[in-house]
Amino acid sequence: MAAIRPNSGENPIQECHIRFSQPSKGTLLIQFTGHWTLQNELPSVNDVEKQLGGGGPIQCVSFDTQALTGWDSGLLAYLIKIIDECKTRNIKTDQAGLPDGVRRLLDLAYAVPEREGARGVAKRPSLLARIGTDSINVARGTAETVSFIGEATLAIWKFLRGKARYRHVDFTMTIQQCGPQALPIITLISFLVGVILAYIGAVQLEQFGAEIYVANLVGLAMAREMGAMMTAIIMAGRTGGAFAAQLGTMTVNEEIDALKTMGVSPMEFLVLPRMLALMLMLPVLCLYSDLLGILGGAAVSISILDLGVLEYFNQTKNAIHLHDFAGGLFKSAVYGTLVAIAGCLRGMQSGRSAAAVGDAATSAVVTAIVWIVVASAITTVIYNILGI
Amino acid sequence: MKHVLELKEITLGYGKQKVVEAISFALSEGQIGCLLGPSACGKTTVLRAIAGFERPFSGEILMKGVKVSGKARIVPPERRQVGMVFQDFALFPHLTVHDNIAFGLAKHSNAARTRRTTQLAKLLGIENIRTQYPHQISGGQQQRVALARAIAPRPQILLLDEPFSSMDVELREQVAKEVRVILKQDRTTTMLVSHHQLEAFAMADVVGVMNNGQLLQWDTAYNLYHRPACTYVADFVGEGVFLSGSVVDEHHVQTELGIICGVVPVEFEKGSPVEVLIRPDDIIHDDNSNQTAIVIDKVFRGAEFLYTLCLDSGAQVVSLVPSHHDHHLNEPIGIRLEIDHLVVFPRDENQAQTSALS
Repeated sequence: MAAIRPNSGENPIQECHIRFSQPSKGTLLIQFTGHWTLQNELPSVNDVEKQLGGGGPIQCVSFDTQALTGWDSGLLAYLIKIIDECKTRNIKTDQAGLPDGVRRLLDLAYAVPEREGARGVAKRPSLLARIGTDSINVARGTAETVSFIGEATLAIWKFLRGKARYRHVDFTMTIQQCGPQALPIITLISFLVGVILAYIGAVQLEQFGAEIYVANLVGLAMAREMGAMMTAIIMAGRTGGAFAAQLGTMTVNEEIDALKTMGVSPMEFLVLPRMLALMLMLPVLCLYSDLLGILGGAAVSISILDLGVLEYFNQTKNAIHLHDFAGGLFKSAVYGTLVAIAGCLRGMQSGRSAAAVGDAATSAVVTAIVWIVVASAITTVIYNILGI
Repeated sequence: MKHVLELKEITLGYGKQKVVEAISFALSEGQIGCLLGPSACGKTTVLRAIAGFERPFSGEILMKGVKVSGKARIVPPERRQVGMVFQDFALFPHLTVHDNIAFGLAKHSNAARTRRTTQLAKLLGIENIRTQYPHQISGGQQQRVALARAIAPRPQILLLDEPFSSMDVELREQVAKEVRVILKQDRTTTMLVSHHQLEAFAMADVVGVMNNGQLLQWDTAYNLYHRPACTYVADFVGEGVFLSGSVVDEHHVQTELGIICGVVPVEFEKGSPVEVLIRPDDIIHDDNSNQTAIVIDKVFRGAEFLYTLCLDSGAQVVSLVPSHHDHHLNEPIGIRLEIDHLVVFPRDENQAQTSALS
């Protein structure tokens, strides 16, 4: 900006003032005095508005800047506010009293109208509007999910009748991917979950001298709930996210459109093998996880609580019944279906950009975990009612 | 004659935003049509609607007289028998070239599938790469594979989305011509989308120029160039310049280059200001001519020079001159006007006197 006059050394801060007078009837004279720069605290425009509104009918505003010692864009912004205010009130402004530089800059400011949207102030919609939009989005999302589940069911029905068209290589590859290849991470996590459960139990049960019941605690928790839940959450992150990313990439590459134009349903060709593989593999992984969790509990009990190996396993054997495992396996089959549906649904819904693929993968994991926890709560309540 | 493909007043868009407005055209059997337009004019959206990926806001699409897209109901893409070649080809990366081509032929017997695949591979000159995977072959080869894959099931309509955009310019026209021969042999009705006019002219029987979601003209390439329907088409197709003039009578227009004869559309009154389209081939270099213009720019094009010439008034025109006439910049050269038909548009008085065209 032109004409920014530096403060002199001995007088670093000078004050700025505004004064009003009415030399003749209907004319407001605004006097600017002092140093009108952004470093100073400029007076509020409200004072001017009060004068314009309160001091009788004013038809003309003029300015006096003889006592002005310095100015920068702060003064300009202030003047523009005054001029705009006058325009809305149909009051004339006489700019003769302003310094040349200020007048030229004002002319420049008004020569080009402000570009619409250049300020980038997005208008925030009202609360009602936001609630409405969100509700519509939720309703739409639900409808999409339901129709996806319907299509998936039809695809499975076709598969059961042996009419589904998919590549067997895809199916076995997915089994490999979400079965054996997941074993290392399942091993680590399940063993550690068993260790954690054993520690929590040991601290409490030691107070009653009932350390042996750690075996019951770890065994039941793993078989009934934790085995299924931990594998499902790991697979949601590992495989559900991968499904979403694979299908999302295919959407971006137009491979899914290409399939459709060739009369192949992507539901059968892409979604079906993935869902089947995960639904088959998750219960198997769950069983493996149960075993590893019990091993983890045993490791803690034997090394820290001085329980004997045989003693621990006999206690475990007596504590867990077959129906506990069955309940856990059923849950894990449900979770497997949910993880597969979440992964494939988000993948198929993915937008057509690289960023959308990332969003799809993230969203698949979040959706899957939410569904898993909700399903877990529902099944637990049902088991309770049924007395399993 | 029954049209294989017919679009009636199709309006398309995403969300609430309209992208394409009230487009209508038709293709009869074996015809090759092309939508030509700048990026983001909505041409790909039209193609996707024909394939069945987009639901129209209004209007309808008919295939062989059967309605396939309407506001209420659309036939899904898998039941339309369309073949589509995508801009990035969308080949299946885990399948060999042979399996990619055979993909759409699942309902055929093994023998029939192999026969058709081999035949197409031979036709497109990709026999030697049949066992390779898509990432192992070049862009041009991938394009041919994508084309073979789309043609293999003998679709009712073949759709090509900027099929040659990933090829270098010299290869484009040649491949476009080859593909045209193949499609004509098979009598495949084809719709392609392009932003490259030479590619469109090389391949299509009918070309539609689109801009801002509107179909401005649906005509043969010759008519687009020589009888453009509006200034945008004149501007977009080929090179040229608008020269201002005024109507003398129903057969003559007065311009700076003299009186031009032709048929002036009836809506122009005598003396009304007009813009006359001057193509580079309308201005002939003639050393004996009294009319001169100054060379202000020249581009060497092998057989010809494209000269940009400045007239006495400051107006600029372009001219194609055989390249043995090598003139210097700022040299006045004799020119003669040779227009066999007149293209005039009403002049917008606010515009500059002449506007140089791309």
